[in-house]
Amino acid sequence: MRDQAHTKQSLNHGRTTGFLWSDALGWLFSLRSMPVLTLLAFLGPVLAGLISTLLPAFGYLPVIGGEELSFKPWAELFSHPALPQALFNTLTSGLAATVISLILAIGFVSAWQGTKSFQRVRTILAPILAIPHSALAIGLAFLIAPSGWIARLVSPWATGWETPPDVAIIHDPNGLSLILGLVIKETPYLLLMMIAALDQNEANQRLCLARTLGYKPVAAWIKAVLPVIYRQIRLPIFAVLAFSLSVVDVALILGPTAPPTLSILVLRWFYDPDLSYRTLAAAGAVLQLLVVIGSISMWRLGEVVLSNISKQWLVNGRRDLFEGLVSALSKWVMKLIITAFFGSFAVILVWSFTRRWRYPDALPSVWSTQSWGSNLYNLFWSGGTTLAVGLASSVIAIALVVACLENEKRRGKTAGTGALWLLYLPLMIPQVSFLFGVQIVTIRLGIDSSWLSMIWSHLLFVLPYVFLSLSDPYRCQDDRYVGIALSLGASPARAFWRVRLPMLLRPLLFALAVGFAVSVAQYLPTLFAGGGRFSTLTTEAVNMAASGNRRVVGVYALLQALLPLLAFSAALGLPAFIFRNRRSLRGI
Amino acid sequence: MVRKSIGLMALAAGLFCSLIAQTGWAQSSDNWTDIKARAEGQTLYWNAWGGSERINNYISWVGKELWDQYGITLIHVKVTDTADIVSRVLAEKTAGKDSNGSVDLVWINGENFASMKKNGLLFGPFTQNLPNYALVDVDNKATTTVDFMVPVGGMEAPWGMAKFNFIYDSARVKSTPNSITELLAWSEKHPGSFTYPSPPDFLGSTFLKQALLELAADPTILRAKVRKSTTFESATAPLWAYLDKLHPNLWRSGTQFPVSSAAQQQLLDDGEVNIQLSFNPGSASSLIKSGELSPNVRTFVFEKGTIGNTHFVAIPYNSSSKEAAMVAADFLMSPKAQARKQDPEYWGDDTVLAIDKLSAADQKTFAAIELGVATLSPQELGPTLLEPHPSWMERIEKEWLKRYGQ
Repeated sequence: MRDQAHTKQSLNHGRTTGFLWSDALGWLFSLRSMPVLTLLAFLGPVLAGLISTLLPAFGYLPVIGGEELSFKPWAELFSHPALPQALFNTLTSGLAATVISLILAIGFVSAWQGTKSFQRVRTILAPILAIPHSALAIGLAFLIAPSGWIARLVSPWATGWETPPDVAIIHDPNGLSLILGLVIKETPYLLLMMIAALDQNEANQRLCLARTLGYKPVAAWIKAVLPVIYRQIRLPIFAVLAFSLSVVDVALILGPTAPPTLSILVLRWFYDPDLSYRTLAAAGAVLQLLVVIGSISMWRLGEVVLSNISKQWLVNGRRDLFEGLVSALSKWVMKLIITAFFGSFAVILVWSFTRRWRYPDALPSVWSTQSWGSNLYNLFWSGGTTLAVGLASSVIAIALVVACLENEKRRGKTAGTGALWLLYLPLMIPQVSFLFGVQIVTIRLGIDSSWLSMIWSHLLFVLPYVFLSLSDPYRCQDDRYVGIALSLGASPARAFWRVRLPMLLRPLLFALAVGFAVSVAQYLPTLFAGGGRFSTLTTEAVNMAASGNRRVVGVYALLQALLPLLAFSAALGLPAFIFRNRRSLRGI
Repeated sequence: MVRKSIGLMALAAGLFCSLIAQTGWAQSSDNWTDIKARAEGQTLYWNAWGGSERINNYISWVGKELWDQYGITLIHVKVTDTADIVSRVLAEKTAGKDSNGSVDLVWINGENFASMKKNGLLFGPFTQNLPNYALVDVDNKATTTVDFMVPVGGMEAPWGMAKFNFIYDSARVKSTPNSITELLAWSEKHPGSFTYPSPPDFLGSTFLKQALLELAADPTILRAKVRKSTTFESATAPLWAYLDKLHPNLWRSGTQFPVSSAAQQQLLDDGEVNIQLSFNPGSASSLIKSGELSPNVRTFVFEKGTIGNTHFVAIPYNSSSKEAAMVAADFLMSPKAQARKQDPEYWGDDTVLAIDKLSAADQKTFAAIELGVATLSPQELGPTLLEPHPSWMERIEKEWLKRYGQ
């Protein structure tokens, strides 16, 4: 409507200022504007949200009478009894999860790259990436809790535990189960990121060369390949670090409770009925951001130190590096991760069909479909919302990304690393640090708890992943196909729609599935943008995970895990079907 | 005492009048048929605690009935902590969103009601317009008109009665404690087999209040608003001394607490603990029926009585479906809805209605409800203790967090 009005206006004034208007409009709807528009749609809310968090952190919150800037919230924050331990928990769990995941991923790739088991593991790991963190955390909790499936399987015959052992396994004060949950999810991510980086770096040639010089696999990989590909995996590592330091849903399900991690503490303060907690919460949210920035800087510093120390070591000529140990250990750990993943999935499935399952029975004594039947209506609603928001946000993301990439192609320019950093920004800024601000902004704009704000807030997190998975195949596509179409007389648009896109169907669908999976997993954005009126499978599952009825939680977690898996199978299966008579496009 | 209650009444009456004057609503359109007509076609967002599957199912049933009878679309917004709603409505008021608020009906009582009422976040008084309100047992069920010592003043409609009780596994527990001090002795003898959800979970808070009421030197001061820190400190000193002794004998030695009442129920079912807190005398029986607890569980209460209260539904001031909200509140108090609610098959929550005010047929329906093996009779349930003033709980929750490390 508004566009029409603008067009009309520009027509009316065509003689005097016409060319300015049409220029502006032409730019607005041209491909050239897309990168700028995309960044605006995407960074605008993040920045607005950050500012709306920053002001209250310094006491500026007129609605509760705070009209002057002060450090009072900070004084309150630092004198809060729970803060030191919460900060400690946050740092230890976040750093440990990142370091362990990275070591595991490097260990496995270095020892097993190029083997058959490597290929097998690669295919098995893909679904772990697809399912939401929270679904995995719920399954893991059902598995390893003192009354979990593992304890049930070995009790009482092997352990003598007639009743579950009185030890804190999940919600443990040191955050060990939180670390475990994060490691299971992040190791495959880093592994796949490394594999992607390997393809771009002539890593195989370097590896071959090192091997012909007599280096054993692990030493060859770590000395000859890792230093080259590290630049490519740095941003993913930072994303993992930032995520692990500020995660909310997994920490709610597995993390320590007394006190919890900083992000949970901040969330609690934001939800306190006493409004004066708002400034404290805002200060906490800013502290959360500082924690992430600080940790990333520390990591960067560590990189520099490590690369200086290792310079000598890299060229000392030793041909082996704990070869046997690394290959055995990494394979064993990878098997454990895969077992934990499938075990979590299975235990969710079993609980969702349970009526009565008493400890220490190994399996339910009474099965039933009551948990599915009685939740049908609600499953339909929250499942429908999940599907709608997921599809809408990932389709919009695809459209924006394709527009940006096509613009690149036509102008012959590629976005630099700066743009990549901007893209990673929403993944690195803790969600609690800007989503509260985003909520205030959406209330001001009158679009809170609407589909618009839901889809938009999901888009913030969907877009980077869609871009990351689509940019390489798009940039690598052979432009001669389009060139031939153009030379045969097709217009650029026709060449784009009839040649470029169909040939990219496989990566497009894959990126769509990635975006969908990311959207399904969003907990905090749904909570804030949805204003409580929208519930998705993830918000239902996480909220109920606290309530403890494992049967119903199982139902939601299972569906939450199944939707992205289905999306991925469709993304892989459809091109195979559509291109069944086009071998090189089939992709499988 | 008498003077105090007259003062309270005057206060309530004053509030009542000022609110009527403020909204100007109650006199102008109290015609019930009018309200019903306007309610038709409205969408009702009901924010209600969503942690129990049975209660969620009951609310879905209410949704079906409201649609069939009144053409109202009910959407249950599941909430983990009702304080979130107070915060949300407050945020909307501060952002100037005085109509089309995101909440139309809220399941509420106690501190959250007090907070919303105090901050002018509620619509009303409205209960006098609801036909079924006449059936409520306001004479014998005092908590239907005074919510945690705060006069209701027609700002919330009673929905159900709750009474603090304990569920235990009779296969593992032979003799049950009879008072809060006996509970300490019992847990010293059976370390690790009792716990309570960490406040602000309402059951955890209620456990603390029960302990406070039994341990306080002078329980009557708990009924008034706590004003001075010294009063608070001296009145609660026995409570902290008690908890310091109790905690080492709790599950996980009191270093960890279940996060919610339902998490605690899973602990009982898994045999990690042997006693669970409950606020609903019928819940043990219904949990047996749904397969969530073992057939061996039974209920017990303390000899000198346990805390009881009423839970309500209220309407935020900026709701745009106030008519639908009133129709829903009225339906929730109807004999049909209340009888289903009392049946342990569906929920097992005690009715707010006076049975003798009902028609003969409705009385028969109530009499026919089978309360279940684990439900105590009204006589066995013992006396009902009144909740302390909410100002106590706010302070106790904060102090608890400070002392026990959250």
